[in-house]
Amino acid sequence: MRLVVRAAEVTGADRLIDITRAHVDACLYHGEASVHFVDRLLAGGARTSVRTTLNVGAVDLLHPELFRGDRRTADRGRLLMDRYRALGARPTYTCAPYQLADARPAVGEQVAWGESNAIAFCNSVLGARTNRYGDFIDVAAAITGRVPDAGLHRDEPRRATLVLRLASDVSPRLRDDDALFGVLGIVLGRRAGSAVAVIDGLRPGQSEDRLKALGAAAASSGSVALFHVVGSTPEAPSLDDALGHRPPAAVELIGLDELRDARDELSMPSDEPLGAVALGTPHASLAELERYAAMLGERHVHPDVELLISTGREVLDRAAERGIAGRLRAAGAGLLVDTCSYLSPVLRRTGGVVMTDSAKWAWYGHANVGVTVAFGSTADCIRSAVAGRVRRDDRAWSAA
Amino acid sequence: MSEIPCGRTLVLDEGLSLWGGMDPGTGELIDPHHPQRGANVAGRVLVMPSGRGSSSSASVLAEAARAGTAPAAIVLGEPDLILAVGAAVAEELYGVRIPVVVKPGARLARIRDGVEVRIGPRGGLRPAR
Repeated sequence: MRLVVRAAEVTGADRLIDITRAHVDACLYHGEASVHFVDRLLAGGARTSVRTTLNVGAVDLLHPELFRGDRRTADRGRLLMDRYRALGARPTYTCAPYQLADARPAVGEQVAWGESNAIAFCNSVLGARTNRYGDFIDVAAAITGRVPDAGLHRDEPRRATLVLRLASDVSPRLRDDDALFGVLGIVLGRRAGSAVAVIDGLRPGQSEDRLKALGAAAASSGSVALFHVVGSTPEAPSLDDALGHRPPAAVELIGLDELRDARDELSMPSDEPLGAVALGTPHASLAELERYAAMLGERHVHPDVELLISTGREVLDRAAERGIAGRLRAAGAGLLVDTCSYLSPVLRRTGGVVMTDSAKWAWYGHANVGVTVAFGSTADCIRSAVAGRVRRDDRAWSAA
Repeated sequence: MSEIPCGRTLVLDEGLSLWGGMDPGTGELIDPHHPQRGANVAGRVLVMPSGRGSSSSASVLAEAARAGTAPAAIVLGEPDLILAVGAAVAEELYGVRIPVVVKPGARLARIRDGVEVRIGPRGGLRPAR
């Protein structure tokens, strides 16, 4: 409770409100401080008081043989994941709790979520309400069931103040290309910082997977906890609605050059061969797993390349029931759960370039697992995994 | 840890996500996207416009406090709950006090890099004596 009150002081709130759910990020091991914190709580008899899901941990508990780091980190990482289960949380171990039907809050529901991509998705795509809760405060909220009545829990701060409009040189083809969304997210994060922006110029009804990629990237390059996309997110049926029927502080254009620069920054120059392809950051949805299987078809991953797909354990169960997991494995793909290939040493071949369709993976991968990264669309990644070398189709990135 | 936190300022041009951006084992800034990659935050008064990115940064700050690589203080252009909570837990678990101070816009811009300062009881920055 002391932490929640401290949070209220920082946010300037004068009261606390009840929450219905929490998503806890603190189960990822960052050193002994992670364990000391939860042990202090357990020793005091603390338990979660609201429905609580868990974010990724340091190891895949179902496939522990995939871990290639040091034994002690694996052991402590596993212990931490167990400790949060003991605290009463549901062992989902996924960064995409919004893919679990019974873990999705409704529009307007007050929750406390950690994990930057999940925060952005929760606010923006689900229209539920959370602030940017980091480690420890997410746990404190899960235990107390209370958070400060501030920021994005309230109406006014959810209004967009910045309009980001795609410029006329961004072709209709690129506007409907999966690879645009992560790149656009990087630009959104840079332009918006922690402000609420609304993106104008995309076809209405964009898929959850595209919005997931957009938000994950924006929450990496910036501190974006909420964005609106006209015609695609629940608080932006129109531009005027997203702005709360008031004039924006600024209207800015995003042109093709800026998008291309952001895309190019996600790839590092290298002469190394392709070593691995990493998909599923944030965790792949069932629809995405199905799409990868369809794209692979009858083809097999090249023997010199590791294709590793990260997903949640509950999504993997559903994919297994439908035969999708079997098709992916038969094509030579590996499936990783409970953790992610950009934060845990799981890739077999770290000698070569790692190609990914995730702007978030590309943003953090080099610093975290020390590899050279190449970014491409999902189709590029699958094609490259089969060909054994980086192949890209950049036609969508030509001027309109 | 002294009662009055003091250290040499390290002024960052852009916000830093401590997770993925700082090695808590050494204090080194490792974010390849950050213009000041390679700088070391240990014992410095870290000055930056805002926090950034990962919600794991609170854990990294607490772990850095445990490992003795944390900044002496953090000065931000806007409030950041993630860093404030990380600092609160560092104090709770290890008794390490890392003041997180907010100095809006123009006042933040006046802080120069590499100057010895101490943090006053109300969060003011004063030249170190």
